[in-house]
Amino acid sequence: MVSRAKRLVRGCIGLLAPALLLQAVAARAATEPQEGWGLLNMPKGVTSVSREIHDIHMVVLWICVWIGVAVFAVMFYSMFAHRKSRGHKPATFHESTSVELAWTIIPALILIVMAFPATRTLKELYDTSEADLDIKVTGYQWKWRYDYLGTDVGFMSELATSQDSVYGRAPKTEYYLEEVTEPVVIPVGKKVRFLITAADVIHAWWVPDLAVKRDAIPGFVNETWARADEPGIYRGRCAELCGKDHAFMPIVVNAVPEEEFNAWLAAKQADAAALRELTEKSFTLEELMAKGEEVYGRSCASCHGASGEGIPGAFPGLQGSAIALGPVADHLDVVVNGKPGTAMQAFGAQLSEVDLAAVITYERNAWGNQSEDNIVQPADVFQFKQAR
Amino acid sequence: MAGSPVRKTALWLLLAVPVMFAFAVFAMPPLYDVFCEITGIGGKTSGPYVVDEAPAVDAERSVKVQFVTTNNGAMPWEFRAPVESVRVHPGESKRVAFHARNGTDRDMVAQAIPSVTPTSAAKYLQKTECFCFNRQPLQAGETAEMPVVFFVDPELPAAITTITLSYTLFDVTDRQAAEVAAVN
Amino acid sequence: MAHGPAKGIRRWLFATNHKDIGTMYLWFSFAMFLLGGFFAMVIRAELFEPGMQIVRPEFFNQMTTMHGLVMVFGAIMPVFVGLANWMIPMMIGAPDMALPRMNNLSFWILPFGFSLLASTLFMEGGGPNFGWTFYAPLSTTYAPSTVNFFIFGIHIIGASSIMGAINIVATILNLRAPGMTLMKMPLFVWTWLITAFLLIAVMPVLAGAVTMMLMDINFGTSFFDAAGGGDPVLFQHIFWFFGHPEVYIIIIPAFGVISAIIPTFSRKPLFGYSSMVYATAAIAFLSFIVWAHHMFTVGMPLAGELYFMYATMLIAVPTGVKVFNWVSTMFRGAMTFETPMLFAIAFVVLFTLGGFTGLMLAIAPADIQYHDSYFVVAHFHYVMVAGALFSSTAAVYYWLPKWCGRMYNETMGKVQFWISFIGFNITFFPQHFLGLAGMPRRYADYSLQFADWNMVSSIGAFIYGASQLLFLYNVISTIVAGKKVSEPKVWEGAEGLEWTVATPAPYHTFSTPPAVK
Repeated sequence: MVSRAKRLVRGCIGLLAPALLLQAVAARAATEPQEGWGLLNMPKGVTSVSREIHDIHMVVLWICVWIGVAVFAVMFYSMFAHRKSRGHKPATFHESTSVELAWTIIPALILIVMAFPATRTLKELYDTSEADLDIKVTGYQWKWRYDYLGTDVGFMSELATSQDSVYGRAPKTEYYLEEVTEPVVIPVGKKVRFLITAADVIHAWWVPDLAVKRDAIPGFVNETWARADEPGIYRGRCAELCGKDHAFMPIVVNAVPEEEFNAWLAAKQADAAALRELTEKSFTLEELMAKGEEVYGRSCASCHGASGEGIPGAFPGLQGSAIALGPVADHLDVVVNGKPGTAMQAFGAQLSEVDLAAVITYERNAWGNQSEDNIVQPADVFQFKQAR
Repeated sequence: MAGSPVRKTALWLLLAVPVMFAFAVFAMPPLYDVFCEITGIGGKTSGPYVVDEAPAVDAERSVKVQFVTTNNGAMPWEFRAPVESVRVHPGESKRVAFHARNGTDRDMVAQAIPSVTPTSAAKYLQKTECFCFNRQPLQAGETAEMPVVFFVDPELPAAITTITLSYTLFDVTDRQAAEVAAVN
Repeated sequence: MAHGPAKGIRRWLFATNHKDIGTMYLWFSFAMFLLGGFFAMVIRAELFEPGMQIVRPEFFNQMTTMHGLVMVFGAIMPVFVGLANWMIPMMIGAPDMALPRMNNLSFWILPFGFSLLASTLFMEGGGPNFGWTFYAPLSTTYAPSTVNFFIFGIHIIGASSIMGAINIVATILNLRAPGMTLMKMPLFVWTWLITAFLLIAVMPVLAGAVTMMLMDINFGTSFFDAAGGGDPVLFQHIFWFFGHPEVYIIIIPAFGVISAIIPTFSRKPLFGYSSMVYATAAIAFLSFIVWAHHMFTVGMPLAGELYFMYATMLIAVPTGVKVFNWVSTMFRGAMTFETPMLFAIAFVVLFTLGGFTGLMLAIAPADIQYHDSYFVVAHFHYVMVAGALFSSTAAVYYWLPKWCGRMYNETMGKVQFWISFIGFNITFFPQHFLGLAGMPRRYADYSLQFADWNMVSSIGAFIYGASQLLFLYNVISTIVAGKKVSEPKVWEGAEGLEWTVATPAPYHTFSTPPAVK
């Protein structure tokens, strides 16, 4: 009997060691930033809810690990000790009401213990009242739009990584697929309510450090909230399959101190006014082409191809197309108003007059396209929009 | 081999198939709608509210009703609320006219879909009149003021101080044309 | 009655013999497993490193969708139907399945369903690209032009499953040998009885869901289109009302297989037989009332969220009972570790891990972080691959000698087990890390911090994939040239009617019902 007890102890130590090691690794992972060891675990995040979620995650994880260790200790001990090759004779027992009752009731009790903190956190997560700032988040195929309610600040936030980088023609930089044309800026320490919706299919707005993930559903609006405790740049992603470029519509949240936020908001409002003035300006072909190439790269290239070749069977090419070579009015119409029943969105509401003029000019001159009216000015776009 | 008990079992089971199919197609959507209306899932609001008796205005409280507009992807109209939000006393009737403009050269038809958040507030926001109850046709270049008249039920839980009313505008021109064609 | 099989192709085309149909199901499911596995290899090859190297994003989405559809409906469900066809009549002392002609039909429409589905990959517009969960409106308003083929394919596959399920219930309820009471049935039969009821209840719901899609796409209704007063979230409710029972349809027969193998190689009766039956029934019942735990981020009201969280956590109780019972069966047995037992033990360990992550996912606030991330991918592959696939591999090794009268190569079997086991864990364990660190599922490309574990995962996937070719080789070489076995009871500790008939099992068994004590 002594040797059996010894074996049991040795077996247990053998099993405990990896579990303890795992615990040490995870404990370390939990405190590290999102690199190295930190990449093994859920981030703690920077909001009270995200920290509570992290704690619940760790508690449940450890309960599971220790139950697993206990169950598998018995199993592996038995696999070692009760082998036919060791001459073990099989027992014949096949039921025990008391044992079976125990392992039904005890897990149920453990579950009840888990349910308490989970319920508390969920209630907190649902309490969107008394927000300091409301930001509307709209999912598009495949970009996000942010509108600061109560101001006229609103902008598209698109992937800033180039197609060249994606397809290996250019190097991948530090924030590959995690960089956007314009991050959403929020003030630190303020309760920000996000109103989340979508303009086409279902998307999901996920920022792990803020513990925010909510589906963006066309026609319906969802709400959730976050209060970032520390300034920083928090990167997130679309979490609901939304078509071709699901993986290419990242989220960048820039949490800044309140004063800095106010200054930023004021500057954005001034920018909007400045942009309206630019609409009056006349640009050269070179200026428009340079700007247009940039706009094309982030708003058009993913469907129509980097050099206007399109995707056969899905998206038409623009190289030598009737639209790009035909009358300006038709070209303006399809870009500004979209094409009903297709994936072609109405970009009139998404891009500025300057961007629209530039990208249309670009499409009419790039890749060997040579159309008669090859320059479209912002003022033309403005007039087109107002004409009807 | 396939004696009658087997056939009986098989027939009973076979009967379950159309029953479950019908349950999915004919029962689940209406059940879901009822469920939504009770619980406010998706912030769905109910249809036109008929006022029998004007509710008492609770002048002690005021609630912020916030307006949000979204154009579905391929919808080129201009569409916006005249104000970002209004403050109302529960029970007080309020009229707000949304601005819409069809800037294209096509005659178009739109459908606005309302949605309220927080979802628990959906059943307390009563619309007596709304442009979302009907499709809205606009000719090429036409502008319209689209009104909604609503009040907040005084029963609204005290914890709710802000209600967001969102409208998403969909282009239903083709749908309307198809329906007209189907009728003729 | 004692006539043998028909000759040539007619034997298979007009098959009504449960063993022939079972064999066809098994081969078909293996072919689909290889096809789905090929899609998985494309996915893992693309994800080997950041950037798009092999396919384009739209094709990547077709691969993830087809991988899911083919594995769920083409590989895992048919493999268990094949096992049911072969084993249930032999386990309950029946001469054949109750409805042999329907049995033929339910098999033969399957290849048509999958041809329809797979042919879309070669059409203009491409295959289904909206995920195996095909959420509206991505699968309706924004679907590729081939979506109608997908819908009809699903209809056919669903009809096949329903017919298979009706047949199984009719067989179990009517054709048991005298004395074979319900509570004497082997657990594999019990689990299939429960599974078949689940199938009959929810496959029509799936058919309803795709029919509503069909109507929305082609006939102007708007079940799921907000523009016409519908609701895309309704689709998710209907889908998961089917989908959650569906995942139990996949795993419950696996419980039956494991409950047959562990007692055999422990040389000890199954511990807690009746509690196993009740736990299985409880799991099946719970599967109907927890569906919206797949939708914790759609914005349900708080009360709904809490209800679905509590109900889902409850599933851990009967599942725990099953694991405890298996371990107790092994405890104080006299164990040997042939290949089926190795796979069964790996099942117990890895399925339990999948169960643990399932419990974690049930915790609604934490699910806000896990939802639609690689953590979920890891979770369900622990349940589907290490659960359903490991158990069906175990079942094939376990019953193959009875089927063909030849013993597989034990060394090769063990080698295959270890390569599978290691390959599987290298593939899927790191995906927990990826998900927790923030990588969403169904991503064609990813940022640089996810590069290391994705590469590890891809290497594991190639290892796991290769090990399945070894499995195929082992099975074929057994059938062709394996060592002959002739004793009815191939395994020393095996119990049950299937081990009382000759080895290899004759074309017709139990033409006269056996006596059951």
